[in-house]
Amino acid sequence: MVPDHTRTPAGTVSRLRSALSLREAPVLGALLVTLVCAAMFVDNFATERNTGFLLLSVAAIALMALPMTLIVITGEIDLSVASTLALSSATMGVLWEAGVPIETALWICLAVGLAVGALNGVLVTLCGLPSLAVTIGTMALYRGLAYVLLGDRAVASYPQTWVSGVRDTVPGVPGLPWTVLAIALLAVLFAVLLHASVLGRSLYDIGNNAEAARFAGVRVRWTKFWLFAASGLVSAGAGVLWTLQYGTSRADTAFGLELQVVAAVLLGGVSIFGGVGTVVGVMAGVLLLGSLRNALQLLGISSDVLQVVTGLILIASVVAPSAAARLRARRKAPGPRPAPDPDDRNRPVAAPSGEES
Amino acid sequence: MPEQQPPAPPPLALDGVSKSFGSVRALRGLSLELRAGEIHALVGENGAGKSTLVKTIAGVHRPDSGQILVDGETTAFQAPADAQRAGIAVIHQEPTLFPDLSVAENIFVGRQPRTRLRTIDRALMRRRTAEAFARLGVETDPDRPARGLSIADQQLVEIAKALTRRARVLVMDEPTAALSGVEAERLFRVARSLRDSGTALLFISHRFDEVFALCDRITVVRDGAFVSCDPTPELDVDTVVRRMVGREVSSLYPKEEAQVGETVLEVEGLTRRGVFTDVSFSVRAGEIVALAGLVGAGRSEVVRAAFGVDRHDTGTVRVLGRELPNGRPRAAMAAGAALVPEDRRLQGLVMESSIERNSTATRRGPLSRLGLLRPRAERDAAREWGERLQLKYGDTTDPVSTLSGGNQQKVVLAKWLSTRPRLLFIDEPTRGIDVGTKAEVHRLLSRLAGEGLAIVMVSSELPEVLAMADRVLVMHEGRITAELDRDAATEETVMYAATGQQPRSAA
Ligand SMILES: Nc1ncnc2c1ncn2[C@@H]1O[C@H](COP(=O)(O)OP(=O)(O)OP(=O)(O)O)[C@@H](O)[C@H]1O
Ligand SMILES: [Mg+2]
Repeated sequence: MVPDHTRTPAGTVSRLRSALSLREAPVLGALLVTLVCAAMFVDNFATERNTGFLLLSVAAIALMALPMTLIVITGEIDLSVASTLALSSATMGVLWEAGVPIETALWICLAVGLAVGALNGVLVTLCGLPSLAVTIGTMALYRGLAYVLLGDRAVASYPQTWVSGVRDTVPGVPGLPWTVLAIALLAVLFAVLLHASVLGRSLYDIGNNAEAARFAGVRVRWTKFWLFAASGLVSAGAGVLWTLQYGTSRADTAFGLELQVVAAVLLGGVSIFGGVGTVVGVMAGVLLLGSLRNALQLLGISSDVLQVVTGLILIASVVAPSAAARLRARRKAPGPRPAPDPDDRNRPVAAPSGEES
Repeated sequence: MPEQQPPAPPPLALDGVSKSFGSVRALRGLSLELRAGEIHALVGENGAGKSTLVKTIAGVHRPDSGQILVDGETTAFQAPADAQRAGIAVIHQEPTLFPDLSVAENIFVGRQPRTRLRTIDRALMRRRTAEAFARLGVETDPDRPARGLSIADQQLVEIAKALTRRARVLVMDEPTAALSGVEAERLFRVARSLRDSGTALLFISHRFDEVFALCDRITVVRDGAFVSCDPTPELDVDTVVRRMVGREVSSLYPKEEAQVGETVLEVEGLTRRGVFTDVSFSVRAGEIVALAGLVGAGRSEVVRAAFGVDRHDTGTVRVLGRELPNGRPRAAMAAGAALVPEDRRLQGLVMESSIERNSTATRRGPLSRLGLLRPRAERDAAREWGERLQLKYGDTTDPVSTLSGGNQQKVVLAKWLSTRPRLLFIDEPTRGIDVGTKAEVHRLLSRLAGEGLAIVMVSSELPEVLAMADRVLVMHEGRITAELDRDAATEETVMYAATGQQPRSAA
């Protein structure tokens, strides 16, 4: 009945195909379509000035999405990133007011970020609490600390050299702020770490089967601890960037931004259940979200609608992979029974693929 | 219900069933007839298609062509529920319990008995679970969660699940792979009584003593195709093996004498409260020491604690004179130890991950350069070990989940043997592995011992223990009750110690 699928030449082709796995294809395609459409139909979209603006507007999200990718791949999540950003920004404000030079304040902010990230890590790994609960708690805690530091005040007296310095473009490349270039390099670093290093490989193992990883000598808790610490550090870095970029420190800054980070990560093809995802996909997700918002803003659409669009995209990004898997399974095996969805973790212990109901 | 009347159609028959996965032809026109009141054996090499056949009967897979007949009527199972409704109960090769449900809830999952108020009748559920366990001689608490059950206990729960279905057709895919002789014998008693009351049974195993003792007819399959089907009295083991493998194979491979060297492992007073108590033994280079005992005696637990994946409460573990820190598998690996765990799906493999990634997971460091992985080196290493263990696979990038059970076991072996350990803990080394490869694995272990490897082997298969071990430590309820030298270890002495009776002869 079913014709034998002829074997694909093993090696290069299948490797290439799995490298460009179907999970990232949709987001890359959507990004391409969005960019082309916006460039054609939205005035002022494809300008130098707007490009720089667009890239800067997603810089902080891109930054925080990098460690978030690794964390979600191990099956955890960090919802405290935006609060850490705010805490870092508030710290900067207080220090600057107290006369500490920015060069010094910057390092203190990073240290604060590392410390609060490490606290997340301790709560998750040593106390064995679920990261979702822990980081919802610390999300409130770190935001609260930012309020303790700054109250309702805003610190906006940052030196102009620093503020405009962040926006400077790379000499000879109009439209590319040097900060964005730095983030891009960091993304490459993360990609190498995740996809080509021993540590990165173990992250996928942890996400797919932490028990087997432990049996193979992977230090699961140690690894997760450092991921959370790194997330705190990078979020604090994003806080410094954010502060200088907008020239102001407020306790309520970047409120709710963690959702955009998570949205970008999931949109980029990382499985919320862990074990699957790439840095390329996530960066495409960040850009897709950013350019959609930017295009809609240029079209004069209100920010309420933007909120709705972000929400819809988030839902779509979570639904799409499992729907796609279902479709693929149906095409492969004629019959009404879809193969178990790779994302379906509500399954029996180690249900073999295609076994039992 | 038709009973034993020759003209009555068989309760279940397969006619020319084929099934392919991509380019892999798992079943090629296979026919099979299960008769009421008969135990039918299905034997074949790893990857021969046995489990695929079982899943087809269970309604998990739909055949590409061919027919399934229930009572002579053509049926198409759309889902496992259809097969269950037709009176077919299946014990799959790999247990699939829900970890957070209790044992009793697992047994009645999807068909919980109801009270008059339409709520779940927990009391009845518990009682029927206890009944089934009593028949099988299982002592697991029906109220405990399934999480953390040993692979043998999981298997027993699956068996109880199938028994409580009171099916007309019972299909068992390697139910005894993790059971020791005592539990297996209890299962056989139940199987025989089911047969005598008119149930049709299909039994799959790589252990021929079981197949010959239990089954009335034996069907041999090779590469997904039917080879032969004969009444058991007309067959002998050699014939069956020859038909399965297509060549002559010795079924057991006795260990060769090895130069016994320095002491590699010293375990002293190891205790984990409530699990095992005051376990002491040592193993020298070139030695194979077997831990024997019944399911639940604490053998795997001792091995896990010694390697460090579990913590212990008191006692010490020394490898080559250096004490290992408590609960640090990485330190044990650095000291030259390796552990092949009993449960390949939960502990041994990352099922979603590829063959090459799994088989090199233990030595990514050595295979990488400047911290960066070299896919080429990984692939070559995976191929090399695939060849050594006669792994049946398509491409090294295929997920291990597509391999047959025995072939998955080979990947776990490759994963750990390739680390070139000085000390090997190996828990059920040949669980689910066919005769040919079993002999190959034994030869490999024997050769590694000859090269100075110290091996601690946990095995439920007594012939394997007796053939391979230089010394046998028998455990009973968490304690070592006997230490038998190769010459003193016989089926009898080991069983006496394992069941807690006074060993009649001590080494
Ligand atoms: N879901 C799947 N996708 C791809 N290939 C599969 C799948 N399931 C089974 N196969 C292939 O089909 C063949 C038969 O596998 P099967 O599990 O039926 O073997 P088996 O006889 O049960 O072996 P074992 O004794 O090792 O359990 C193997 O080559 C296996 O790799
Ligand atoms: Mg099988």
